[in-house]
Amino acid sequence: MNSELVTGGDVVLDVDGLRMRYGTRDVLHDVTFQARRGEVLALLGPNGAGKTTTIEILEGFRSRSAGRVSVLGTDPARSDERWRARVGIVLQSWRDHGKWRVRELLAHFGGYFTRYSTATIRRPMDPDQLVAAVGLTGQADQQIRTLSGGQRRRLDVAVGIVGRPELLFLDEPTVGFDPAARYEFHDLVRRLATDYQTTILLTTHDLEEADRLAHRIVILNGGRIVADGTAGELAHRIAGRDEVRWTFDGQRFTQSTEQSQSTGFVFELFRKHGHAITDLEVRRPSLEDAYLALVRQTELTRATQ
Amino acid sequence: MIANLFWPTTTLVAIFFLRHRQIDGTQLPLGALVLPGVLGMFVALGILLIVQQLTADREDGTLLRAKAIPDGIRGYLIGKLVTVSATVLAYLAILLAGGAPIISSFHLGDISWPTLTWVLLLGLVATQSVGAMLGSLITSSRGAGILSVPILALIAISGIFYPITALPTWLQWLGQTFPIYWLGLGMRSALLPDAVSAVEIDGSWRHLETVAMLGAWATIGLIVAPLLLRRMSRRESGSRVAERRDRTLQRVG
Repeated sequence: MNSELVTGGDVVLDVDGLRMRYGTRDVLHDVTFQARRGEVLALLGPNGAGKTTTIEILEGFRSRSAGRVSVLGTDPARSDERWRARVGIVLQSWRDHGKWRVRELLAHFGGYFTRYSTATIRRPMDPDQLVAAVGLTGQADQQIRTLSGGQRRRLDVAVGIVGRPELLFLDEPTVGFDPAARYEFHDLVRRLATDYQTTILLTTHDLEEADRLAHRIVILNGGRIVADGTAGELAHRIAGRDEVRWTFDGQRFTQSTEQSQSTGFVFELFRKHGHAITDLEVRRPSLEDAYLALVRQTELTRATQ
Repeated sequence: MIANLFWPTTTLVAIFFLRHRQIDGTQLPLGALVLPGVLGMFVALGILLIVQQLTADREDGTLLRAKAIPDGIRGYLIGKLVTVSATVLAYLAILLAGGAPIISSFHLGDISWPTLTWVLLLGLVATQSVGAMLGSLITSSRGAGILSVPILALIAISGIFYPITALPTWLQWLGQTFPIYWLGLGMRSALLPDAVSAVEIDGSWRHLETVAMLGAWATIGLIVAPLLLRRMSRRESGSRVAERRDRTLQRVG
């Protein structure tokens, strides 16, 4: 298709100058970002920042006011069922099909994808394999309404990927997960991205999760993109300096250093004092520091305007 | 299952108590007249079934799920029509099997199967497409509950439990505007001997009018329902489902 030529074949998600207006209120101003094939992109931002609106426009569930949007080479506002078969969606509000059994439901929904199977992408996924991949083998013949919250979300993920999507939308996927379920879920997401080259767009309020999973992070605040980069880049660009802490002669010291100078500083410390330095710690600014700094900063600019 | 059996059973009990009553001024047992009318009424209740399922499926996200899957909405609607039709037919079978032995003058051998077939077919298409229209317009399961009030009122003026000729003329006209009356009439014509038509308006089964009225409702439904359903499913999204869930929780809490 045309847009593929313009953006290069590897760009799966291309949003350019996206605007959304409800009545006289703009909820999205000039949102621009891209995602490449196999990339895990986290969309972060406080409640009301415009994350949901953005995602729903990309999912083809909401029409936009202005801007160019290309998802898998197609404008989602003018998409067809073939495009729908290439996109997977996992939302947090689903409580449907309670009387169905897990494996049965996956086989049923999988059936819808059979006619969209291609030579390179076999659709749908085998239900037993899928059940195993999301760790529900033990619950395969259980009624869906008897699943725990975490199991239910993993089933939603399974339904989301049953058609081997090339692009997967995950809306706050690990809310209510216990740490073990969360760990397994992260593992699953990483496998999808590396083994199947699935592009994943993820929204979350869990910054540690974003840091661990996402190749790139986009932060939305007040309907604008306020940051776009890897977790490390954002942390340094926004929150700035490293912090070096150590104990010498029974006393605790803290020194803030430029990122590029941290190693040199520690080296100097050792050269001067050798083994007398204990409890050494170099703390890089975290994504959380960056996020909080950014949100606070935009609140301030908005307040002064 | 128990909830499904509640209405047909209650109806059968009512028919049981009516089995010896006669229609004023005739030798006809009221029960024999009521049983077919009730079959027609249950076909018409398909409207409520569709509305209830559509609203419930929007609340729990079933419809959104269908939308997220290729050809999902089409599959969803076909599935709905099949299950609701099957439910209605099961009701009819229970009522017929349970009701026929109660009423001595009623014979299964008298049934005109061709008439029964076309009344059923037209009736199912008309009521379910009308149900789909209403279901797309009503957004909450609470609204679906409120809808049963006017429908029950319509049943009261549709000559199901007593001949419509006993009503004032203006109510007769109102009743004849809606498909419930015609379903009852069509069912009586299929299940009762021709002589019984004497108690009807014009003393006739009025097959032509029945086809015309049920056909008109079916046509309106088949034209308008897809438009409304498309509009409804287009507006469905994750945040809408979440919004509705929050509203429901607030009401309960």
